[in-house]
Amino acid sequence: MKTSLAALLSGIVFGLGLAISEMINPARVIGFLDISGQWDLTLMLVMGSALAFTLIGFPLITRKAHPILAEKFTLPTKKTLDLPLISGAVLFGIGWGLAGLCPGPAIAGLASLNPGIFLFVAAMIAGQFIGLQLEKALAR
Amino acid sequence: MIEPNVAGGLIGGSLIGISSLLMLLLLGRITGISGILTGIITWNKTDGLPWRAAFIGGLILGAVLYQIIFGRPLPLQMQADGVMLVLAGLLVGMGTRLGSGCTSGHGVCGIARRSPRSIVSTVTFMAVAVITVYLTRHVLA
Repeated sequence: MKTSLAALLSGIVFGLGLAISEMINPARVIGFLDISGQWDLTLMLVMGSALAFTLIGFPLITRKAHPILAEKFTLPTKKTLDLPLISGAVLFGIGWGLAGLCPGPAIAGLASLNPGIFLFVAAMIAGQFIGLQLEKALAR
Repeated sequence: MIEPNVAGGLIGGSLIGISSLLMLLLLGRITGISGILTGIITWNKTDGLPWRAAFIGGLILGAVLYQIIFGRPLPLQMQADGVMLVLAGLLVGMGTRLGSGCTSGHGVCGIARRSPRSIVSTVTFMAVAVITVYLTRHVLA
């Protein structure tokens, strides 16, 4: 219960952040990615200020014995720079560049009730299922 | 250059950073939205389904609250429609699954962990997205 409340609160803060920073707006994202057009550096300010908190905070927090509401930290364990990592980033980059939407802004954007966002999120979920099957096939 | 949203970018970005710190401090988890979503769609009851659903619900609620607090609709100008939107969604879903993360998990959290995988992923998807936008808007258009 406590963990769910904490996650709910974090989700609300994240969603507010995406809306206030306008990262929820594909036009802002494409404006940043379009370096030969009328460049919009807002996305860089967003990533920079988010990283200012996480770069300093993460090492301080993981120094603790355990998180406040859990027995241990659950952090990614993979270390290798492998083909799935790179090819996944390439596919994601193409999709991101085509629509200006990545998972966080797309999900938060559902609050707009825009049908296009629902279409994108449905396709993204289908894409994750395909990705899971590909992962299984590659692991064999 | 388009006028950047400096205040919104800095405040919003800070909120995103603070949210990621809260998740690590309280739950000991990385705030990777594509990964949180995967845990829900695969209905994995042994891996924190309730907190995942709560976070995703909060994400949407945060965007609802924005509209109430500021009394205006969400800033949203779609840049693709129809088949293109479906194709983009499929690629984002597949890519984030295969590549173990997206802008939040790799870009904001992974880089903060000084993870080489996340740094390589972020540089790759940013560069590919820039090339994609260049090709679709200036070469093929």
